[in-house]
Amino acid sequence: MSAYSVTAPSRRSKFFAGALVLLYTVITLLPLLWIISTGFKTGPDSIAYPPKVVFSPSLEGYVNLFTSRTRATNEQLAEMPPPANWVEEIVRRRNEVITGPSRFGERFMNSVIIGFGSTFLSIFLGTLAAYAFSRFRVPLKDDLMFFILSTRMMPPIAVAIPIFLMFRGLGLSDTHLGMILLYTGVNISLAVWLLKGFIDEIPREYEEAALIDGYTRFQAFRKVVLPQAATGIASTAIFCLIFAWNEYAFAVLLTSGNAQTAPPFIPTIIGVGGQDWPAVAAGATLFLLPVMVFTILLRKHLLRGITFGAVRK
Amino acid sequence: MAETPIDRLARNTPASVAHRVRGLSDRAIAWAFVTPTILLLLAINIFPLIWTIRLSFTNFRANRPNEPVEFVGLRNYQRILTDPDIWHTMQATAHFLFWTLFFQVVIGFGLAWLINRKFKGNDLLTTLIVLPMMLSPAVVGNFWTFLYQPQIGLFNYAVEFLTGGSVAASSFTMLGSVELAPWAIVIVDTWMWTPFVMLICLAGLRSIPDYIYEAAEVDRASKWRQFWTMTVPLVLPFLMLAVLFRGIENFKMFDLVVQLTGGGPGDTTLLTSIELKREAFEKWRTGFSSAYAIILFVTVFGLASIYVKALNKVKER
Amino acid sequence: MNVGTRAIAAAAVAVAGMAGTAAQAQDKTLTLCWAAWDPANALVELSKDFEAKSGIKMKFEFVPWPNFADRMLNELNSGGKLCDLMIGDSQWIGAGAESGHYIKLNDFFAANGIDMANFVPATVTGYAEWPKGTPNYWALPAFGDVVGWTYRKDWFERPEIQAAFKEQYGRDLTPPQTFAELMDIAKFFQGREIDGKKVYGASIYTERGSEGITMGVMDVLYSFGFEYQNPEKPYDMQGFVNSPGAVAGLEYYKALYDCCTAPGASNTYMGEGIDAYKSGQVALQMNFAFTWPGFEVDPNVGGGKTGYLVNPAGPDGKRFAQLGGQGISVVSYSEKQADALEYIKWFAQPDVQEKWWSMGGFSTLRSVVENPSFAKSQPYAQTYLDSMAIVKDFWADPSYATLLQDAQKRFHDYVVAGNGTAQEALDGLVQDWTTVFEDDGKL
Repeated sequence: MSAYSVTAPSRRSKFFAGALVLLYTVITLLPLLWIISTGFKTGPDSIAYPPKVVFSPSLEGYVNLFTSRTRATNEQLAEMPPPANWVEEIVRRRNEVITGPSRFGERFMNSVIIGFGSTFLSIFLGTLAAYAFSRFRVPLKDDLMFFILSTRMMPPIAVAIPIFLMFRGLGLSDTHLGMILLYTGVNISLAVWLLKGFIDEIPREYEEAALIDGYTRFQAFRKVVLPQAATGIASTAIFCLIFAWNEYAFAVLLTSGNAQTAPPFIPTIIGVGGQDWPAVAAGATLFLLPVMVFTILLRKHLLRGITFGAVRK
Repeated sequence: MAETPIDRLARNTPASVAHRVRGLSDRAIAWAFVTPTILLLLAINIFPLIWTIRLSFTNFRANRPNEPVEFVGLRNYQRILTDPDIWHTMQATAHFLFWTLFFQVVIGFGLAWLINRKFKGNDLLTTLIVLPMMLSPAVVGNFWTFLYQPQIGLFNYAVEFLTGGSVAASSFTMLGSVELAPWAIVIVDTWMWTPFVMLICLAGLRSIPDYIYEAAEVDRASKWRQFWTMTVPLVLPFLMLAVLFRGIENFKMFDLVVQLTGGGPGDTTLLTSIELKREAFEKWRTGFSSAYAIILFVTVFGLASIYVKALNKVKER
Repeated sequence: MNVGTRAIAAAAVAVAGMAGTAAQAQDKTLTLCWAAWDPANALVELSKDFEAKSGIKMKFEFVPWPNFADRMLNELNSGGKLCDLMIGDSQWIGAGAESGHYIKLNDFFAANGIDMANFVPATVTGYAEWPKGTPNYWALPAFGDVVGWTYRKDWFERPEIQAAFKEQYGRDLTPPQTFAELMDIAKFFQGREIDGKKVYGASIYTERGSEGITMGVMDVLYSFGFEYQNPEKPYDMQGFVNSPGAVAGLEYYKALYDCCTAPGASNTYMGEGIDAYKSGQVALQMNFAFTWPGFEVDPNVGGGKTGYLVNPAGPDGKRFAQLGGQGISVVSYSEKQADALEYIKWFAQPDVQEKWWSMGGFSTLRSVVENPSFAKSQPYAQTYLDSMAIVKDFWADPSYATLLQDAQKRFHDYVVAGNGTAQEALDGLVQDWTTVFEDDGKL
């Protein structure tokens, strides 16, 4: 855009806009930075009164996050061989010994499997359905669309008991597959709504041209529509992932040993008496990373593509 | 590629045959594409919903599996609708819903409007701003209790700093006072979800073609006028969609607030979902809580259908 | 025994055990369900001995306290097979027995020479019996727990603080023996500057969501004369739940909350209490005994800086404390009941119980706690022992959760939100509870 364009914001207005947004960014990131920095504090520093802004960093939180430990007396410690590595050293300093890895790794992997699995499935089914709603005459289309949206209106707690019993009957209780299906069921309404908007925007002429070229409908969908909808798919995927990755109410009621995800696990990391805030913060930080990376990778699509065509005819 | 023979086949099929096959397959494809979604929704959403409706007419208690289940008609519904406590939770929810939507719309739209000035680095800032909504609400709620702690948390000290010390950090308590707690939960939700509204508004702003403004400039319409007669109406459908999604989510709000206040102090922040969870999983009054769930569902459903009608009208304008 | 010999002994046991059980040991596993907290970690360690001896592999399901009841009762109510062994909360015993979730252990105890007379009586009543006061056992006492107080011994011992206290109250600053003294001391510390920091009087339970404020209020009310029901006539609560003493007790609790707690202590339960105490905000702290071992090793409040107190006495000298803790039960839906009973048999052994105590698990076996060396084994040992002698527990009725929620609401509404009067709160509670028992057909 040229500098003389009548619609381009002036330099001054750009500056003020930038300054205001920067201010908001700083304020909104403060709590987040507090979480991240708490992950590098020691237990006593994390609950220091008044709070400590300057502190000497420690990896205690991360060590605690990944290990399970037991208490040892000074006499017991004295008799042990010297610590083999820095991890043991940190733990011993607090009169503890490592007894094994914690379950954070497992919980994190469960989140990866369930989060990405259900996101993929939501997008896959959602794209198909959205395409059908966009291009074909489906009887009672508007009603069906509203029906699909309405399934999101039920509080999870309300259906948790029937789902719990149903899953138990089907052997899906506390399984990855069960949780993937469940999260897909919750996410798919959003996916269909968003994706239908994106597909509505792709001119029909492209497909018609492909059909005339002898492509089948399915080929036209695959080779013409899908690439065109990539941007929309990416931004929809971000929203689906954010939900599935962070979901709490179902996870806490329906999963335990096998398929428990990280959100119900993180707030419950217990140290020697009381909540282990540095470990909780470390867990929260690590848990944020994958979605953050995913979002940054798809950033272009998020910003450019989130046109939410759903509201345009 | 495996598809190549199919391509070839398609290309070599006589046009008339292909047309007929396509005509048939269109319909088949439509159903094939829609059916899995509908089936999944039936299994995960509708079936449990019907089950819940059935339970809502009984006195079933999930913690007494051996007791006979009686059909009690509309008694559960009657008890709920005449219970003043339930109306109280509805009010608390309405307060939460109204103010979170209000702040998120105002701040979210404002931010989007500013970011749309396209200043240098707006991409980076946008990405940073959306970070809070990627956190798990349960973890956020858990951590904010820590931030709101008057002695060891950040929030009160920040207020003390910003007011130049005239409001001492330990002189007020966000989660503990009846006056402040409803606002404490609004603040956290606004912190977390304003970026969502902002993103949608930004999309709306960017979808407005430049030539519209250029035309307005030619007509010498003031910036103020341009804003109200062009920007706002064109972004409105986007904003309304954002409000729809946030509204539905916040009507169901559970994890964040339950971690923050547990409904307290007293019943000040007892939102409907927390009350529902208490009835269903603590008191184990399954029949009663099912009826409650249905009432909530019907309420959201009713409000949302009116709203979607309005949204469609705005779209058509 | 030092670590070296212990390790050798353990290895020897392991080898011996393996030789005998290798053939039958194949994929034998047991799942034990409990809350996710500090003692659970110790139990995992302790159970390694059982694994070595029996060849049965232990799996553990620990659910965080706020969700423990929801998750586990959901599991039991739907006849789930997840847990073979359940260390369920003491109040679940009524539901466990009446709905058939737990198996009755009387015959097993008799056959294996496990005698309930060998356990601290209050814990047998609290964790194992249903109906209460009858010899029907549904659990083995596993983890003794009780509400008590910690205080900052180091602050109490400072000459300048002692002098200031004496000047103000005309008596020496000693650990409080009555609730009246406790309030004086809390008032004295409230807002005082110590080491350049403003400190507060006490941390008490005020949590709204699960059971916090009820545990705290009850802990005080018992000593003020509160009774759950007419001892002559079950479920007759009028004049017992809302007796003048109970009203005075609830008023005391609110006064203590208003005068002497840190700002923002409006949703405090075990974890928040620990944080407030460890960070040096408060002079006195109400909390369950399970938190005590953690204070001893804390860099800020450990190493002799903390003193432990039995719950103080009420105005008439009555002295009770709120019971916590759990018993271990075998889940009736389990398909491995024989192995699960094997675990209980192992757990009940005196030497295992001894080790349990040394690892921070509060054993309730009398041979452990009545051993002359016990009181000296930890600074809090005697306090634990004295506290266990005066415990009372909340309703253990199958409807306990509903009764608890009613109490949570009434207490929080009065104490924290400041609505109504203590009389109104307790009158309301009588009404709520009467409705619950009427619905259950007990009234």
